[in-house]
Amino acid sequence: MAAVAKVSWSVINGVRRGLWRYNTILWSLNSRTLCSSLEEQPNFPGSRSKWTEKLDFVQPDLYDGIPVYRVMDRKGNIIDPAYDPKLGEEMVVRMYHRMTLLNTMDRIMYESQRQGRISFYMTNYGEEGTHIGSAAALDEKDLVYGQYREAGVLMWRGFPLDQFMNQCYGNEGDGGKGRQMPVHYGSLAHNFVTISSPLATQMPQAVGSAYAYKRAQNGQCVICYFGEGTSSEGDAHAAFNFSATLECPVIFFCRNNGYAISTPTSEQYRGDGVAARGPAYGMATIRVDGNDVFAVYNVTKAARHITITENRPVLIEAMTYRIGHHSTSDDSSAYRSVDEVRHWDSTQHPIARLRAYMVSQGWWDDTKEKQWKDDCKRQVMQAFARAERRQKPCWKEMFTDVYDKMPDHIKEQYEYMQAHVQEYEDHYPVKNFAKESH
Amino acid sequence: MLLALPLLKRVLKPTVAPSLCNVFTSRYSSHFSYFPDTVPESMGETQRLNLFQSINNALDTALATDNTAVVFGEDVGFGGVFRCTIGLQDKYGKDRVFNTPLCEQGIAGFAIGVAVSGATAIAELQFADYIFPAFDQIVNEAAKYRYRSGNLFDCGNLTFRAPCGAVGHGALYHSQSPEAYFAHTPGLKVVVPRGPIKAKGLLLSCIRDQNPCIFLEPKVLYRSAVEMVPTKDYTLPLSSADILVEGEDITMVAWGTQVHVLREVAELARQQLNVACEVIDLVSILPWDKETVFNSVKKTGRILIAHEAPITNGFGAEIAAVVQSECFLHLEAPVQRVCGFDTPFPHIFEPFYLPDKWRCLSAVKKLLNY
Repeated sequence: MAAVAKVSWSVINGVRRGLWRYNTILWSLNSRTLCSSLEEQPNFPGSRSKWTEKLDFVQPDLYDGIPVYRVMDRKGNIIDPAYDPKLGEEMVVRMYHRMTLLNTMDRIMYESQRQGRISFYMTNYGEEGTHIGSAAALDEKDLVYGQYREAGVLMWRGFPLDQFMNQCYGNEGDGGKGRQMPVHYGSLAHNFVTISSPLATQMPQAVGSAYAYKRAQNGQCVICYFGEGTSSEGDAHAAFNFSATLECPVIFFCRNNGYAISTPTSEQYRGDGVAARGPAYGMATIRVDGNDVFAVYNVTKAARHITITENRPVLIEAMTYRIGHHSTSDDSSAYRSVDEVRHWDSTQHPIARLRAYMVSQGWWDDTKEKQWKDDCKRQVMQAFARAERRQKPCWKEMFTDVYDKMPDHIKEQYEYMQAHVQEYEDHYPVKNFAKESH
Repeated sequence: MLLALPLLKRVLKPTVAPSLCNVFTSRYSSHFSYFPDTVPESMGETQRLNLFQSINNALDTALATDNTAVVFGEDVGFGGVFRCTIGLQDKYGKDRVFNTPLCEQGIAGFAIGVAVSGATAIAELQFADYIFPAFDQIVNEAAKYRYRSGNLFDCGNLTFRAPCGAVGHGALYHSQSPEAYFAHTPGLKVVVPRGPIKAKGLLLSCIRDQNPCIFLEPKVLYRSAVEMVPTKDYTLPLSSADILVEGEDITMVAWGTQVHVLREVAELARQQLNVACEVIDLVSILPWDKETVFNSVKKTGRILIAHEAPITNGFGAEIAAVVQSECFLHLEAPVQRVCGFDTPFPHIFEPFYLPDKWRCLSAVKKLLNY
């Protein structure tokens, strides 16, 4: 009886082992190796790779770097017509209009800070292509989280000149109620989350919103802009990791403009820029010529498709150059040569290249250029004058919106200040501020 | 092993020297006795729950009543290291109750983003001691979202939960009470429950409140605090302090576990000193219920504030400053604070560190004898 049991047990075991081997052969074949058993592959929960007996470090200079995708050459000629997005005259002229309007607004607002009319400003010189190219490829309901140098995205979406100026002047027309420094724009109507000064904080937030969008199945994605300097922050790492593990429809758009204030990229990172990090986190990644508006358009459109249809993140590293100073508080001649800046201002400039394309298509000429330049300047100057004339918000607004409803302790502080200002009215700029809230 | 210990104690006691006995008993005995709350019959059906179960119940209710609500953090999927999220992933699915990578700044930033888009975010930090990587997101972003955007954007649908406080053996990094850091940040709400009944109602209030809230859960109470908790969906007011014991002689203010320490001190004071103490649970650190405290101090003229967090710039300092400012002429003695010392939270020295009932009783005597 025992012998029979023993024999049948070994038969059963033999069958089991055979089945097991059969399964592992199938599994091994599926994993693209020719191993014949489980022992020939590492089976650690943390990795899915192969064994090696060669002691070889993966050196950082393993390869030449992720290539830079482009559509136009440096002068604005389409290299391969198959990749011309063929956006048509109306769209392309609009792109050009927005880039140049932004440029004009920047010049005037920078000057206004120099004249003491506004307290602070940041220009977008040289990066207009990254803004307009990407914004044009998105849906207007896609949520935008920016860093601070993405005004062109708002410009594209139709944020009025008046609103830009109102925010910079902190007047009663500012949607932000005068609470933040200039260029900290925000617009619910344009799905552009209000800018905050701390860097990279927007990145994991963008991931959270993307997750909520995925759950809501609203067909939208989230785009998150940041600079290469910002990518060094811990929040960037957190965002990349969360977006991939939680499978979020978010586009990470890095404006690699060569400088974080005075810190060049050689002091910001040692690897192959920001793009090299993408695959390490499990993200689809591409590097693009940020000054080629069609290339930026193409990659953003493709990235959006991936995020929407596959619910996973994409990293775009747009290579560009910060032609202007970091801000009005910066003089970049202290850390880079004027020649370098002049070089980038006069070659491969996004605006010049787009103009060259438009001219080659017969959509633009010197007359139109002069007309538009004058029109631009007039629009900006008029908005500027309007914004400068407006009053500041009622100073009671200093105490509102800390919470959804004003709690007692803040109410007490407002009442104290109200009495104080009444007594010392001559010492407070009350005349510049509206009497009542709107 | 824990279950065997009482048995071991009984076996050892007659034959082993008392000092060794105390080593066995004192390691597992706490510095407080739990004083359970009760609810009126009007609250309806109740069930016997401990603190982590009542929190679990609150989260379950939140997920059931709000389709957009999501619960996430490290290890919440399998139920959480303190079992607060047990059963929730099975019930509501992996897209609503899920693990995040190990990154508090990511958890906080992600939570803000969820809330900004209009969904309800309930984020868990595994220990309050590890909230600091998230400090920038909480203080610079969450707290200021509504204000800085002119109310165009906000993250009101956001609640952070974290276990806090002494647990007997937590030492530097499993015992902290960080409420004072956050009390200094306008725009946040900071809430600390004293037991299961309060926890369920307060947590649901925080989740539904339209401001970012930090809900600090005294971890030592997770198992030891047991009450008959109403089964229905209920909320409790956030900025309202509770007078647990009425008295005319001394005002005593605390939150969380320390409330129970003070309740015992009140009884000791009554028995030993024939003194009636008024025990107040502050409930909310920010915004805090000044009126209840002032009314009490104007009645008693003497106040003791006690908290586990270190004394310098602990929240007791804020209460003391405001009390002396508003109730100066009513005070019969200087404001007393009994708090943790200005040291990191120690391991083996915990019995010496905590603001225990003897230090509090001693402070009561100081107040009386001034």
